[in-house]
Amino acid sequence: MKKLQTQSIAPYIFISPFFILFAVFGIFPIGYSIVMSFFNWKLTGPVGFIGFQNYINVLTVDPYFVKAIGNTVVLLITGSLLQHFIALPLAIMVNSKIVKQKEFFKTTYFLPYVTSTVAVVIIFSNLFDTNFGLINYVIELLGGKPYPWLAQSVGIKVALSTILNWKYVGWNMVIYIAGLQSIPVDLYEAADIDGAGTWKKHLAITLPQLTPIIFFAVTLSIIGGMQIFEEPFIMTGGYENLGGDQNSGLTAALYLMFTAFKAGRLGKASAIAWILFIVILFLNWINRIVTNKLAGKD
Amino acid sequence: MRGKSIARFFIGLILFLFSLIFAFPFYYVFVLATWPGSRVLEFPPHLFFGQGLKENFNILFSRVPYLTNFMNSLGIAVVSTVTAIFFCTMAGFAFAKYQFKFKKQLYQFVIATLAIPGFLNIVPFYKMMVAFGWMNTWLPLVVPGMAGAFGIFLMTQFMENSLPEEILEAGRIDGLTEFGLLMKIAFPLAKPGMAILGIITFIGSWNSFTSAMIFLPNVKKTTLPVALSMLNSRVDNNMGALMLGTALSLVPLIIVFIAFSKQIIAGLTAGAVKS
Repeated sequence: MKKLQTQSIAPYIFISPFFILFAVFGIFPIGYSIVMSFFNWKLTGPVGFIGFQNYINVLTVDPYFVKAIGNTVVLLITGSLLQHFIALPLAIMVNSKIVKQKEFFKTTYFLPYVTSTVAVVIIFSNLFDTNFGLINYVIELLGGKPYPWLAQSVGIKVALSTILNWKYVGWNMVIYIAGLQSIPVDLYEAADIDGAGTWKKHLAITLPQLTPIIFFAVTLSIIGGMQIFEEPFIMTGGYENLGGDQNSGLTAALYLMFTAFKAGRLGKASAIAWILFIVILFLNWINRIVTNKLAGKD
Repeated sequence: MRGKSIARFFIGLILFLFSLIFAFPFYYVFVLATWPGSRVLEFPPHLFFGQGLKENFNILFSRVPYLTNFMNSLGIAVVSTVTAIFFCTMAGFAFAKYQFKFKKQLYQFVIATLAIPGFLNIVPFYKMMVAFGWMNTWLPLVVPGMAGAFGIFLMTQFMENSLPEEILEAGRIDGLTEFGLLMKIAFPLAKPGMAILGIITFIGSWNSFTSAMIFLPNVKKTTLPVALSMLNSRVDNNMGALMLGTALSLVPLIIVFIAFSKQIIAGLTAGAVKS
């Protein structure tokens, strides 16, 4: 009897560290940030309840927040979403029977994903350097004029989205390869008998079969893309520059961190965090609708 | 037949060009690390190794406490890895091999926490760390993630498939306590899974920047990525030293990744691939 009792308690003890840690470092601060978002909480000084004022300020009078959301959406499209249009064709190619060195390509393409953002940004800042960067050198070789990538608002966006694509294409490609391998081979064989070409087969079989995985991968990209902080933070030189020329690199997460840790306005930063969270939920809801439409489900 | 070999050629060419795109920045940083600071930025840009390695070493080590930062990164990564292996294997063992009330809901809860954006708790978390007196210590970087949801997911998956019920039953008959089963049977048999979790945790910790920047602002206490970013933002920064510091920070990572790439990729994408 005693034995049976320990056997029924043991699993709860084994899983308890997660729940204790999550209660202390997850639930408590998350709940507390709701509270803080209703106060004019600063790093120091008196704290007063101000209701929805933080939210109203952020959404109506703060020019930087609107700018930051706009920047984040642009990077979401040119970085986080664009990479799926590169990753899926690459996955189909690497996965095709005629390619031999599958592991080599997977390893090489995936390496950027495990590389620290700091190192990546330092390397790419060099490549994008106006006077001595390799990218401008190639442009000049091709007869173009050097472009001040990191000093100009469009250039900052191009550099950032290049980094995002470079870093995460391999990750998405590996996910898509696994998805491709789970598609039953006889579907393709039946299409072969019908005489379908390669394009037609991918449109008629691969895409619909992959829809759940595409949805999942895009969801991860949206969640990640809405949190982009380190890349613009390091590339545009910390909080001081607020994202560089015309605040082009000021993402929503960078503005949140600036508001909290540079401006010291903790209440306002908490309100930004919750607005961002709601935006993420909204975007994922849109993503669900779009992928269901693509899959022909309504 | 002809069409097929043309397709093969073009697919091979595209994949090769993309591997150049992904690999080149790594090669480039090692090239630049060998050019003296005054010559890193030159026109035309360097594509082959130079002779400034020694000079760069000297400057790097005099500008930031590079070795100290290296050891901090290493220490934090080792502690994070060891604790994650212990707590995640323990929880994974429970989720994989026990039947208990609310198991399914609790497991789903653990998985659901993975979707919570990191910024949602950062402001109060920061105040907590100040209140705890944990600023400039390793604790904020280690403790909250000790029993991480992803690690629990990974170990649950692993143990479901690799730990036969009969061995556990035999262990119980031999008089092992539940904790004894964990230590004497689950841990030894879960070693391959623990290795993957360990490598992934190590890489994650090794690369982590934001939390180290917030909680370890002191240059002597901080980690390698933060030290590099400090070097990067210095007005008088020496490009050669910066490139060398960056290249050196990549060496352990590249070695580990190439040695275990198959397992690392499988482990990291386990969650995405499963669903």
